[in-house]
Amino acid sequence: MWIDFLLILDATLRISVPFVFASMGGIFAERSGVIDFGLEGKMLGGAFVAATVAYWTQSAWWGLLGSIGIGIVFSMIHGYASITKRGNQVVSCVAINIFAMGLTVVLANAWFGMGGKTPQLPKEARFMPIKLPYAEEMRDLPIIGDIYYELISGHSILVYIAFVVVPVTAWIVFKSSFGLRLRATGENPLAVDTTGISVNKTRYQALLFNGILGGISGAYLSTAHLAFFVKDMSAGKGYIALAAMIVGKWRPYPAMFACLLFSFLFVIKDKPEVFDLLKGIVPVNILNSFLDMSPYILTVIFLAGFVGKAVAPKAIGQPFTKEK
Amino acid sequence: MNERQANTLVVTLVTIANLFIAFLISGIVIWVLGEDPWFALKTMLYGAFGYDEGLGYTLYYSTNFIFTGLAFAIGFNCGLFNIGAEGQAYIGGLGVGLICLWLENWPLWLVFPLAVLVSIIFGGVWGAIPGYFKAKRGSHEVVTTIMFNFIASVIMVNLLSHVLRPPKEMSPESREFGERVWIPQMHEIFDWFGLEITQTPLNGTFIFALVCLLLVWRFIWYTRWGYELRTVGINETAAAYAGISVSKNIIIAMVIGGGLAGFVGINEIMGSSHRLMLNFQAGIGFTGIAVSLIGRNHPLGIFLAALLFGILYQGGAELSFELQTIDRHMVVLIQGLVILFAGALENLFRPQIEQLVKRISSEDS
Repeated sequence: MWIDFLLILDATLRISVPFVFASMGGIFAERSGVIDFGLEGKMLGGAFVAATVAYWTQSAWWGLLGSIGIGIVFSMIHGYASITKRGNQVVSCVAINIFAMGLTVVLANAWFGMGGKTPQLPKEARFMPIKLPYAEEMRDLPIIGDIYYELISGHSILVYIAFVVVPVTAWIVFKSSFGLRLRATGENPLAVDTTGISVNKTRYQALLFNGILGGISGAYLSTAHLAFFVKDMSAGKGYIALAAMIVGKWRPYPAMFACLLFSFLFVIKDKPEVFDLLKGIVPVNILNSFLDMSPYILTVIFLAGFVGKAVAPKAIGQPFTKEK
Repeated sequence: MNERQANTLVVTLVTIANLFIAFLISGIVIWVLGEDPWFALKTMLYGAFGYDEGLGYTLYYSTNFIFTGLAFAIGFNCGLFNIGAEGQAYIGGLGVGLICLWLENWPLWLVFPLAVLVSIIFGGVWGAIPGYFKAKRGSHEVVTTIMFNFIASVIMVNLLSHVLRPPKEMSPESREFGERVWIPQMHEIFDWFGLEITQTPLNGTFIFALVCLLLVWRFIWYTRWGYELRTVGINETAAAYAGISVSKNIIIAMVIGGGLAGFVGINEIMGSSHRLMLNFQAGIGFTGIAVSLIGRNHPLGIFLAALLFGILYQGGAELSFELQTIDRHMVVLIQGLVILFAGALENLFRPQIEQLVKRISSEDS
């Protein structure tokens, strides 16, 4: 029972990783006042490029770099449209998501001819689980040993990076001077401008972080979680990350916990033991649907402010026009 | 040239320029993949209306895009981004399917108006809930409608695989409903007049879509309700000051939008597949965004843009059949570029084109 519980948490950690990366990316963009519904597209693009580059170079790290590259390209297109050209930010995000959906399949099919899939990556070309030092030795210790061996050890490097990114994001956004500029730009760009700081430059910087994290979230899917890219691989995960960011009220730690909560709900759906326990109480297909829907329903409830109102940064979605 | 004409000319030229750049980039992608973009273009155009079967499919796809394009446009004219046409079409189609399964032995002339009503109610409710949250609680409608798309999809998967699937069938779809409530297909309608055309999924819903275009046009520009709706879209504060209820109009726009999206179900379920199935609405809702943006949220523009996307869908299918390297998803790629250039970057060439038109019109006078 205890080990089962640990294994559920272990699975939760593993599937929460793309949500964590992407929602941290979302926090950067939205805190600076730029809407980002385009996480889905960056994740998808990142997943495809990571798998392709990793296959060509036989190196997961080059794949990761590639995914960061495509993430930045997408976020800069979004920036050019919504910051420089003052276009509609929502439309720009929709465009990026749809473009990514089309581009990845077209390229995958043209290059590999496997119906939108990329070739299976060998072990050397993907991020494999790493066993942390002393995992075996500590295994015999009660409780701590189990936690260390089952839960903490044995993930790929990207999992650890994800949970390092959270405190780093929190530090940048709330403690660094860049973070102060970032948040001020999202709340009151005019005030930022009067202090002589460029609003647009700050937003581009925020989007740079956004693109990097969005790309990595995709790389995790295709080079760590699985060993290939398939058509529509992100399958709404970018929107779940967006939901987690909103439920977490645009704050890194609460957003991370929202990611973990959503992942937990997905995991217990696939665990027969837990499922048997719950299905005595609720009919199976209703329970199933409810677990599938819960992230979306929670997001709607939080946005509507029934349980603690989630309020977006004030200047979100508004391009900045310098007064003349 | 008066100012209004000049304005129309600018808007038209801007749209053409935006479409041109989107197609140019798509052509470059095809060229990079080692195929001839000219050949691709010719194949697509031939596939879309080179023969009457192709044309039938083109118009059949366009019918869907008219509905979802209008669904987006109604919201847009009220200052809303209804990204939820996908889910609204799904749930609207559920309503259509249920009524057809239930009343399959009734005559079509009775069931059709009922199906229209039910799809308005189902799709409308699916639009009304995000509308209500937007109007009363200030939730961003984009996020809520996206979430409702996912919720709709979970509900449909559940219903089709557990409730509506006949016991002995494997695939998650309902049984076929009776022939009496099928909407006549275009080849049957032509047959009544003694004309012969190839059988395609194109059906009578196309005519209904044209009626909807006309009705929405009259509604938005020639009724008091439409006037209120547009006022809210242009300036909420001014609307409220003039005694127009902002929240009422937001909800109305979302209900009408949801209802219009729901009509996709009539074309797909009642007119073509004759059964409820998974993902019959896939991508149609999102294409509606592109259709409405290129059509500048006006019914006439939406009609032309829906035709364009019908051509792209049908031509794209033909293209992927001819050239193995080019996947059907090429259309999705083009669609993304069109939304980017005609929507988010719509002002990219505007200053230059405005100047050009100004120069031409000053030479005129």
